[in-house]
Amino acid sequence: MVSAKKRKKPIDIMRDRLLFVALFCCFFYGIVAWRLIDVAVFNTKPRVEYAYRPTKSVSSVKFGRMDVVDRHGVLLATTLQTPSLYANPRQILDVEEAVTKLKKAEPSFDKKELRKKLSSDRSFVWLYRNITPSQQYKINRLGIVGLHFQNEEHRFYPKESLLSHLLGFTNIDNKGIAGIEQFYDEELRRRDLPLVLTIDTRLQHMLRQELLKAVNEFTAIGASGMIVNPKTGEVLAMVSLPDFNPNNPTGSDQESIFARFNRNTLGIYEMGSTFKMFTIAAALDRKTVTLEKQYDTTQPLRIGKYLIRDFKPKNKWLNVKEILKFSSNIGVARIALEMGGGNLKVFLKDLGLLDAPLMGVGEVGLPTFPKRWGDIQTATISYGHGIAVSPYQLIRAVSAIVNGGVLKPLIFVRPDDPLARQIIADQEKRVMSEKTSERMRKLLADVVENGTGGKVKVPGFRIGGKTGTAEKVKASGGYAKKALLSSFVAAFPIDDPQYVIFVMVDEPKGTKDTFGYATGGWVAAPVVGNVIKKMSSVLGIAPDHTFSPKQIQYRRKNRSGI
Amino acid sequence: MQNNKFVTRNDQSVLGRWWWTVDHWTLMALASIVSIGILLIMAASPPIAERLGLVPFYFVKKQAFLFLPGFLMILLLSLLKPLQIRRLATLSFLAFLVLMVATLFFGVEIKGARRWLSIGGFSLQVSEFLKPAFFVVTAWMFAEQKKNPYFPGNAISIALFLIVITLLMAQPDLGMTMVVTAVWGTQFFISGLPLIWVWILGSMGILGLISAYLFFPHVQSRIDRFLEPGSGDTYQIEKSLEAFQQGGFFGRGPGEGRVKEILPDAYADFIFPVAGEEFGIILCLLIVGLYIFILLRGFNRLIVKDDTFSILAGVGLLMQLGIQAFINMASSLHLIPTKGMTLPFISYGGSSFLALCFSVGMILSFTRRRHD
Repeated sequence: MVSAKKRKKPIDIMRDRLLFVALFCCFFYGIVAWRLIDVAVFNTKPRVEYAYRPTKSVSSVKFGRMDVVDRHGVLLATTLQTPSLYANPRQILDVEEAVTKLKKAEPSFDKKELRKKLSSDRSFVWLYRNITPSQQYKINRLGIVGLHFQNEEHRFYPKESLLSHLLGFTNIDNKGIAGIEQFYDEELRRRDLPLVLTIDTRLQHMLRQELLKAVNEFTAIGASGMIVNPKTGEVLAMVSLPDFNPNNPTGSDQESIFARFNRNTLGIYEMGSTFKMFTIAAALDRKTVTLEKQYDTTQPLRIGKYLIRDFKPKNKWLNVKEILKFSSNIGVARIALEMGGGNLKVFLKDLGLLDAPLMGVGEVGLPTFPKRWGDIQTATISYGHGIAVSPYQLIRAVSAIVNGGVLKPLIFVRPDDPLARQIIADQEKRVMSEKTSERMRKLLADVVENGTGGKVKVPGFRIGGKTGTAEKVKASGGYAKKALLSSFVAAFPIDDPQYVIFVMVDEPKGTKDTFGYATGGWVAAPVVGNVIKKMSSVLGIAPDHTFSPKQIQYRRKNRSGI
Repeated sequence: MQNNKFVTRNDQSVLGRWWWTVDHWTLMALASIVSIGILLIMAASPPIAERLGLVPFYFVKKQAFLFLPGFLMILLLSLLKPLQIRRLATLSFLAFLVLMVATLFFGVEIKGARRWLSIGGFSLQVSEFLKPAFFVVTAWMFAEQKKNPYFPGNAISIALFLIVITLLMAQPDLGMTMVVTAVWGTQFFISGLPLIWVWILGSMGILGLISAYLFFPHVQSRIDRFLEPGSGDTYQIEKSLEAFQQGGFFGRGPGEGRVKEILPDAYADFIFPVAGEEFGIILCLLIVGLYIFILLRGFNRLIVKDDTFSILAGVGLLMQLGIQAFINMASSLHLIPTKGMTLPFISYGGSSFLALCFSVGMILSFTRRRHD
């Protein structure tokens, strides 16, 4: 400026510089405007809706333990104030009269026990806890001196056995001793807003109906299933059969104990062939195989004194794709041996299959696997024998395989809840490349289109999945040939999975319709197919008939969530 | 005909002259921003009030209660002449400087910083009021230096600047320090600072930022989290961006937003995402437009003036408003690290609102058309 021919007046310099500042401001505000458009118009995310929003103003007056609701606000557990009847035996004038009258008003009383309680010399004895208002009215009308009521809190589960294992239950003192109630016990006492679960009651009901049907059809001793969103880890439904009514969970007979067992989180099972997808994913991710590489499956594979055979031998060389499609034990064992036991073990550990998972319910099953990991172990583990994990772990690992390769904890409370955020932040990690995940999706689609998973097909839906059939371990050791665990795990739509569905049927017996077969492909796959069919109508997912099954197109679309 | 008018052109009363010389466009833009502000506080504050166990419209009422004193202040200040403003600002600057020192000793500590002074039941963020007064005083000093080269205006201005930022850093309040530095730098620049000094001071500013990063742990953690979203808790900013995404162009509709239920600061520092979620970026763009309009309109009125003091003071006050709004909006959009900074005239906050009325009253006075 000094070198300018004509020296500028100071006030003109000021004006020039003021203009410069104005341009500067425009530039920065322009960035803000551009960023707004960039974020809100070009980066829109599908809206993951929780239509239900807990607010203080609509929730009931807080007494004690907080409500639990599903993702749409459907009440799953609540606390009621109920009267409990107690007596002060010292005030009772005529024990015999009181016993007779009480028995008449409330027939469920045991006369002998009443007499014993009322004639004791204590000043406080519970007679009947948590009675209904009409029972209270009847008893009060008797006008017996020495009988008193005290209001107590009572946990009530309006959906009864629909979510039995998931919710768990509380003891008489309202302490959570199973399920969500146990895991979030402290939280439920502390908080003043309902705990919102990821569960969709409609899907839960539908899954339970389908599993019940399967149990009846195949006279199985039990079944379990889960529906999960692999992108977020949200558990949408989780059913374990047989189940129980959490309003009345106690019962110490063998059958009740069996019914309270949560197969999805506490039960650990040898999953069988579903593990083949982990082995192949490991080999693809570690680049020890290519999809076209062929393996000899013509002869049973001998390792030491053991012989590994195929269920339905193809008696030819199979490539990696075909090994998964036809579920060849020999082939997958060869892949595992080639990659080495160490590689497989690390991969399974990354997938969270070798450690006890942290979850949202009280019941956690520890996986079991051989301590010594030699060639024979590597070979059998490659097809899911000799290693037992919980369905929870299996589904979590499968979700990672199909969602692009990120292991996400499966969560039961909505992801924006600080409880869930902590778990997600701690546990989420990438376990394989995006490329491996994409290849696996293609392989799984092929299993359904042309392989053992054909029974899951639903017209208009792109499904991928894998069967699993394992012989149950006998109490005496060794495998029981006739006692099978038949399972199927599916992801759909397979080009961009929104749902992972798992179904397992315990000791199904083959029927005429299945030609006596009780394998995963015959028993569990059709159940998953039915679940998908029903889900689509509940969630409003339209079948896409333009999709040609022979030619899987990998399209990405923005789909709305639930 | 003229009698029908609200105020006639030849009305020589104080208010009459005010009405014909004050900038109507700026007044209109301000009124729009304040109206949007009420709308957004009505949208954003009830969930927070509920969480605190207050009646839903507690904060709305509290804010609305300040409107009358705020507007009176704007009117009265804009009636004054630049000379009167200068005297008033100088006196308030000295008074607030004393209160700033008092804040360091008697202030209420919130989240590790002493910024609030409790006077007779009202808590006051003194620095909010010190700031505009300071810009008027420095403008005066720069202007005197121009008028009379032997008057050490620039030196006094630098000294005052150092005192003010020392007090601010002692609180500590890095956000405010940055605003003060940027505005003061702009004033210095416009007043004709030789370009070599522009470069020197500019690099000193950058050095200052780097040393703030090195010596203030909370600054460091904020910047680290900005640069590496995975490294710590970036919950607020994630939710903020999500709100804009959920809102899209036209928003989810009034009352349909969720971010206000999650973010504790939704009615103050994070009110912009509430606007984005419920009313769409169409409203956000309108807000951006209104601020830049006020800035440019103000500059346009100032650039024709011959009074160096008015130009410098007016630009300083306008820049303060503009920078503050920019920092707020940019941090909620993850363009810059989050800074505790309110969105002028929109965010909830008594001190901030009254201090802004103080600034705007003076701006309107400086931008009035004068023929004297």
